[in-house]
Amino acid sequence: MPRPTLLPSEEPPENSAVQDSTRTGISRRGFLKGAGLTAAGTALLEGVHSFAAETTPSPQNGVTELGPGPASVHLRVNGTEHALEIEPRTTLAEALRNHLGMTGTKVVCDRGVCSGCTVWLDKMPVNSCMTLAIDAIGRDITTIEGLSAAGEMHPLQAAFVKHDAMQCGFCTPGMVMSCAALLERNPHPSEQDVRQAVSGNLCRCGTYPKIFAATLDAANRTA
Amino acid sequence: MKTIPTEDALAQQAAAPAKKTVQMPVGVPGYTLQNEARAVPASEPPVWPINKDLKYVGQSIPRYDGEEKVTGRARYTSDIQLPGMLYAKFVNASVPHAKVLSVDTSAAEKYPGVRGVHVIQHEIGNAVLRNPALDAAKYPVVRYAGQPIAAVAAATPAAAQEAASLVKVQYDTMPFVVDIDKARDPGAPRVFPGAADEAGSAGGGGGPSDVQQTGNIHGPSVHTRGQIDQGFKDADVIVEGHFVTQVQTHSALETHGVVADWKPGMLTVWASTQGTASVREELTGFFKIPASQVRVITEYMGGGFGAKFGAGNPGVVAAALSKKTGAPVRLMLDREEEHLSVGNRPSSDQTLRIGAKKDGTLTAIHLIAYGTAGCGTGAGCAGPAQNLYQSASLHTEENDVFINGGPASAMRAPGHPQGAFALEQAMDELAVKLAMDPLDLRDKTDNHSVRHVERQVVRESDLWKSRNPVAGSDQGPVKRGVGFAQSVWYRFVSMGSSAEVRVHRDGSLEVISAVQDIGSGIRTVMAQILAEQFGVPPAQIAVKVGDTNYPQGPDSGGSVTTLSLTPAVRDAAWQASQKFLADIAPSLGTTPGDLVLIDGEVRSRSGKCEPLSFRRAAAKMSGAQITAQSKRVPDYDPKKYLTYGGVDVAEVEVDTEVGRIHVRRVLSVHDCGRPMNPTQTISQINGGIIQGMSYTLLEHRLLDPVYGLMVNPDLDLYKIAGAREVPAIDVRLVEAYIGQSSTDASGIGEAAGVVSIGAAIGNAVYNATGVRIRQTPMTPPVVLAALRAAAAGKEQA
Repeated sequence: MPRPTLLPSEEPPENSAVQDSTRTGISRRGFLKGAGLTAAGTALLEGVHSFAAETTPSPQNGVTELGPGPASVHLRVNGTEHALEIEPRTTLAEALRNHLGMTGTKVVCDRGVCSGCTVWLDKMPVNSCMTLAIDAIGRDITTIEGLSAAGEMHPLQAAFVKHDAMQCGFCTPGMVMSCAALLERNPHPSEQDVRQAVSGNLCRCGTYPKIFAATLDAANRTA
Repeated sequence: MKTIPTEDALAQQAAAPAKKTVQMPVGVPGYTLQNEARAVPASEPPVWPINKDLKYVGQSIPRYDGEEKVTGRARYTSDIQLPGMLYAKFVNASVPHAKVLSVDTSAAEKYPGVRGVHVIQHEIGNAVLRNPALDAAKYPVVRYAGQPIAAVAAATPAAAQEAASLVKVQYDTMPFVVDIDKARDPGAPRVFPGAADEAGSAGGGGGPSDVQQTGNIHGPSVHTRGQIDQGFKDADVIVEGHFVTQVQTHSALETHGVVADWKPGMLTVWASTQGTASVREELTGFFKIPASQVRVITEYMGGGFGAKFGAGNPGVVAAALSKKTGAPVRLMLDREEEHLSVGNRPSSDQTLRIGAKKDGTLTAIHLIAYGTAGCGTGAGCAGPAQNLYQSASLHTEENDVFINGGPASAMRAPGHPQGAFALEQAMDELAVKLAMDPLDLRDKTDNHSVRHVERQVVRESDLWKSRNPVAGSDQGPVKRGVGFAQSVWYRFVSMGSSAEVRVHRDGSLEVISAVQDIGSGIRTVMAQILAEQFGVPPAQIAVKVGDTNYPQGPDSGGSVTTLSLTPAVRDAAWQASQKFLADIAPSLGTTPGDLVLIDGEVRSRSGKCEPLSFRRAAAKMSGAQITAQSKRVPDYDPKKYLTYGGVDVAEVEVDTEVGRIHVRRVLSVHDCGRPMNPTQTISQINGGIIQGMSYTLLEHRLLDPVYGLMVNPDLDLYKIAGAREVPAIDVRLVEAYIGQSSTDASGIGEAAGVVSIGAAIGNAVYNATGVRIRQTPMTPPVVLAALRAAAAGKEQA
């Protein structure tokens, strides 16, 4: 099924979400799609504002119309600005994988239940399959490729290798991003904290015990 | 003891007879280890001692490709991007049973960005009619909702998806059945108009084709031993139970898919597969092109669990589209398609009776099993009943029941989690009836020497000692229980498995094989073997796999990979090392037999030359490269050690008010031959436990009887175990040497917990509550219903 486009004409007349969209040019459905992640609503709004600032208001009603064709946007990924031509419906995961060739971020369920596509927006982990790329404008996007600086593995990545916290490896980038984000906000997690942090990350090989062990080990080393 | 070649092997090889007799370690260290003689091909390398006397093999060397995986650099099929690559999307049947009258692709072809459309004429995966004339038509008959009918290739994924939705399929719908019980009814709609079979696959899917078919019932396939009637007459005690297990889907995180690039004279395919060779074989057969013109590459793959063999519909359709468009085509299934069309674990409906003497000796095992593999076959589940225990008599009947559901495929230990769920709960019930300890009962009836040791490990464990033998004795609503169950799997050898080892003059070493890594870590193990043979650290070895340009590897199914390939790797490494020493010996002023490779150096036994680093020694090679290629030699004593065992203990808490089962701890004691890399082996066993627990408690493919559609084709309503469900798992590896090959490695993937954990949980629930649950998944409604039924029964009694 085609994803919703971003034309204001799609909008139902009176409701608060529409007022939001009138201000920013983001459709309610598009907005909700972007907001479909845990506790990310506020942060997303900020992204929406920066997007609005980048685009030109249309003369008639102050609404920026965008799409369905490609639009020029800039994304800041791992500290580097990238210019992209993307349709507004493009998810952040698609932009990273298909447009920027950064395929470390995996798409597994494509509906926000497995966290295989986890990246950070300003250090907050989000499901990039449920985030529109345009909602990430002006934010610091960190992907698995950006976690290891200058070829050195992040201590958590090193701990994953040491503890064999992977099998097929397909969930691994998402797991690493979730666990590294945990260590950013809580340098001394308990095992329960780790379980909580990856409670949305699915692994079919069943590597969870070693992911817990690796994350706790990394915390002990870096703390 | 360090193994050092004591003579010039090449000279010996030339002079020696075809066989030599060697002494090999056999048994479990600390329990049953002894030496046994084996007659082995004379060209075989010296016998390795047990792991503690090896330097690299048997050590938990970090995963060879660990850094690639944790940094996101590992490239999976779904990550492959080629210049000009198109994206393909299937058009799938929206109805469960129909003849396809027409497929109108005109609107799709005109859609912007579309470059090619392909309509499927030959469906892969479904069972095939013995008499194809019975429903011959232009298009394959739709036997399940979600069956691929056509595919569209376009410049972007979105264009492909939109164009696919414009393909108009005209159906002549037929009555359908998606419920196994209804499908067994003689009046049920027929999934096939006549007898149909699905051939077995490398991974163990499919079923027998020499059986009768009545309506939708394909079977029975009958096995008998001894006199079953007499067996029950001789029994002092009989237990009987009816067990039902659900359909599970593999749900690998990377879906099935390929990138196909058809160029004149060469079809290159990146495939998410467990068998590069199996993909090539299906493509060469389908397109009638020589094997030399098909190359299959699998650098990394995101899980298979038995479902990923052959090219399948995605492989042949992507290749056809690439041929048609002249561009590379990526076709990856979406999550819904992954649930529907590429395999599942069949359900089971088992009526099991066991007869025993008072002392626990089994007199009879009688199993009548039905199961559905959708519109495929392979629901047999009698393996455990046939192979776990000694019984004076045995009678098993296995039946496939066709329904209008996607065809099953092999799934991790095909048939065995289902069979063990019934058998091992029945054995537990028998122990209760006989007032015997469950471990003692097994000692009486199970003659597998390694499982005997494993039970001893269980006996000595704190977890088992903490078990209250009186079921249901906890007070309060949350009750704790401990249960035990056993598993069995078989030793299959993939005889074509080959590898090549190369020594370069700059001192670098590489080993190549077409084998693919499905997540079990074969690259690491290959590096360890070369390290052991050449005396250099594994990190210095280059391992190249997952490419049919390399020597043939095993397809990874049935726990064959490590045990099949590693002897070929070791033999090639041994031969290359001997050639290497023969080549450099003259320049060192000595003979090859005087030289040893150890601790990163070439050393002279006699002191004729100074120790030399491996790298400096390699610089003395007469040519740029020394190579040796080797193929798997047959098991040294192929009549011995045909099965593996493992035992699992589960500790559960059952909340009897809400019906929730929480698995707190698992003790998993497993036979893994010579563990080549213990940490990787433990990873696989953890995975087997968690996957098996997920199957037992959570997963359920639900087909809607009104429309015949799957109602939960995703990963939120199709629930798999997550971090919060995971128990504390204590894995004990039992090193069990069997003297069968130059590495004496075994397999672990199937035996790893997935077979026995369901019954262990069932037995733990019984131990906690005194109520036996004979149905999976054991969701809260199932648990509550069982508890209420038991309470009602008690009141009546």
